Amino acid sequence: MTEPVSTSLQNLEGPYFGDFGGRYVPEALIAALDELDREWRRATADPGFAAELAELHRSYSGRPSIITEVRRFAEHAGGQRVLLKREDLNHTGSHKINNVLGQALLTRRIGKKRVIAETGAGQHGVATATAAALFDLECVVYMGEEDTRRQALNVARMRLLGAEVIPVKTGSRTLKDAINEALRDWVTNVETTNYVFGTAAGPHPFPTMVRDLQRIIGVEARQQVLDLTGRLPDAVTACVGGGSNAIGIFDAFLDDAGVRLVGFEAGGDGVDTGRHAATITGGAPGVLHGARSYLLQDEDGQTLESHSISAGLDYPGVGPEHSYLASIGRAEYLPVTDTEAMEAFRLLSRTEGIIPAIESAHALAGTLRLGQEAAAAGRTDEIYLVNLSGRGDKDVATAARWFDLVDADADLGAEGADA
Amino acid sequence: MSTPTEQRPEGTPSTGARTAGVLDALAGDGRAALVGYLPVGFPTVEQSIEAALTLVDSGVDVIELGVPYSDPVMDGATIQDAVQTALQAGVRVRDVFGVVEAVAATGTPTLVMTYVNPVLRYGVEAFARDLAAAGGAGLITPDLIPDEGAEWIAASDAHGLDRVFLVAPSSTDARLASTAAASRGFVYAASTMGVTGERAQVGAGAAALVDRTRRAGATRVCVGLGVSTAAQAREVAGYADGVIVGSAFVRPLLGDAPWSERLAALREIATALAEGVHGARRTATSSAEPAADTTAGPTTAQEVRA
Repeated sequence: MTEPVSTSLQNLEGPYFGDFGGRYVPEALIAALDELDREWRRATADPGFAAELAELHRSYSGRPSIITEVRRFAEHAGGQRVLLKREDLNHTGSHKINNVLGQALLTRRIGKKRVIAETGAGQHGVATATAAALFDLECVVYMGEEDTRRQALNVARMRLLGAEVIPVKTGSRTLKDAINEALRDWVTNVETTNYVFGTAAGPHPFPTMVRDLQRIIGVEARQQVLDLTGRLPDAVTACVGGGSNAIGIFDAFLDDAGVRLVGFEAGGDGVDTGRHAATITGGAPGVLHGARSYLLQDEDGQTLESHSISAGLDYPGVGPEHSYLASIGRAEYLPVTDTEAMEAFRLLSRTEGIIPAIESAHALAGTLRLGQEAAAAGRTDEIYLVNLSGRGDKDVATAARWFDLVDADADLGAEGADA
Repeated sequence: MSTPTEQRPEGTPSTGARTAGVLDALAGDGRAALVGYLPVGFPTVEQSIEAALTLVDSGVDVIELGVPYSDPVMDGATIQDAVQTALQAGVRVRDVFGVVEAVAATGTPTLVMTYVNPVLRYGVEAFARDLAAAGGAGLITPDLIPDEGAEWIAASDAHGLDRVFLVAPSSTDARLASTAAASRGFVYAASTMGVTGERAQVGAGAAALVDRTRRAGATRVCVGLGVSTAAQAREVAGYADGVIVGSAFVRPLLGDAPWSERLAALREIATALAEGVHGARRTATSSAEPAADTTAGPTTAQEVRA
């Protein structure tokens, strides 16, 4: 049995999580953030809103998502039991849809007709374009020019869904700069436009709102694990970029003191090489994109470029609630290198017939390590719940290059163009 | 002597000229001030001093020096380009103080415009201390609202520095009042919803925002964003305490022309804008005209900057 902690950590309200969070944004955006905060509180208190969202989950995105026990994969994890929460089976292929359906409903309540979003690999952009099509909203997605080239198929998907994709040519031309450009658009068009933020970061109320929309992952999974195994898991694991899938699965377990919560950050070439995206492991507190949190920065406070094989984790910031959970020791954040992630990517594919997103493969690799460490310490009856946050269709070209799966001169399309 | 419970750092107030003094002296003549922005370290630290001194020579009343930052979300393409160049050339945050010192030595109030993270990283108290020691007048903070600014408010009090917060057309009256109360020097009114950059017209709501900000308690209100011509400067000087110009001063410094030609182009536009501002007679209390409703469709950030 787990012991309850004295004060609940679930559903923290914001705008502050300990020393983290807040609203470090231009004054011009405060009215819109106040409106979002107010409308989000009203929506969450409205049974009609919850019912509408639940119906979308049931009949559109495919919730509840199942859990799958992966026995052959688990043999490599010190023989522990490994359960996957299958967010990869959602419509559009990842947990991102949970967030955008809620924010699209909120956009309609507020009465705005235009949404903007940032995207890195394209998953959040595709999800937002999907919700915009469903709700008849004008949709503009900002995407770093580098990423539009690396993920040309997702650009095509968004355009197919009716969204306008604007390649961002400033700064490092990646996700960080796409967020800057989306914020500039929002400052300019805030009267007509809602910013559908993709992760549990940014200024209040985004970290809270995105967490609230993703916490269904953990709520479902906690019950599913209890039903299947009769007890709570020993550890819950997830990958952490901005941190929305991680906070989504962690939240329901925050008050279960006996459940270890572990977020795996993108270690890239290794944290000691400087080429990584492990923000909590290798960063320091500061302000980026509207919130105080850990970030990768130099000694002058300039944001550093992050590096990861996974575009979805390739971000130099992290959500403020994760910084807080790290600071109080409730959750741990550990790095997983590109190589470890790709090995786990292949292992799950070959042992279970499930091709994970490379993002999620970081959580799988970290879980293998936890299981092996536990076995080395003489424990062989542990249960791990892993958030399989997305599927790997988008990553096939990357994997083909990594593992030399095709001839060197094979045409992998635009996604294969980047070495 | 500080008592053991005294938390406030003991500061030496800046010896530089105060913004309020210059604005009030001009107001006494029925004139507005021209506030000119340039980024530190663009194209080099030395040349950024030359450019700022050129502004002073050309009649600019208050200098605003920008700290180059990797993620300038309130800036449009022109300033982004310049700041990126400065960062690539290796400008450091500590270089700001030398530039401040050189400009403040002319007796011109010298403010620093900075996003918040470089200051947090340097240390808020240390930054205030070093800015005051260099003769700086204070900070303009585009991504720090007073609600999040307790540490900076304490440090600026300790060192006698101005703190210029921004208001926008979307600000409620309650926020105008709290921002005016927290500001010292002046309140920066964003003329329009958007980022920095030259525009064909200054936001139609700017006069109304200045009026609302004054009624919310602000003593001095300067207007920025999109002012780039002498005619616009003259118009804004008719109702505001100051006219803030950034991109229009940065643009002539971009490009490959010889530096002396770029400085000459800067001098030309600065002189014209100063004449525009100083030639305008201010109405005692501006009665804000109702803003012409510009219900144009949404504009992408990139279109705005075009």
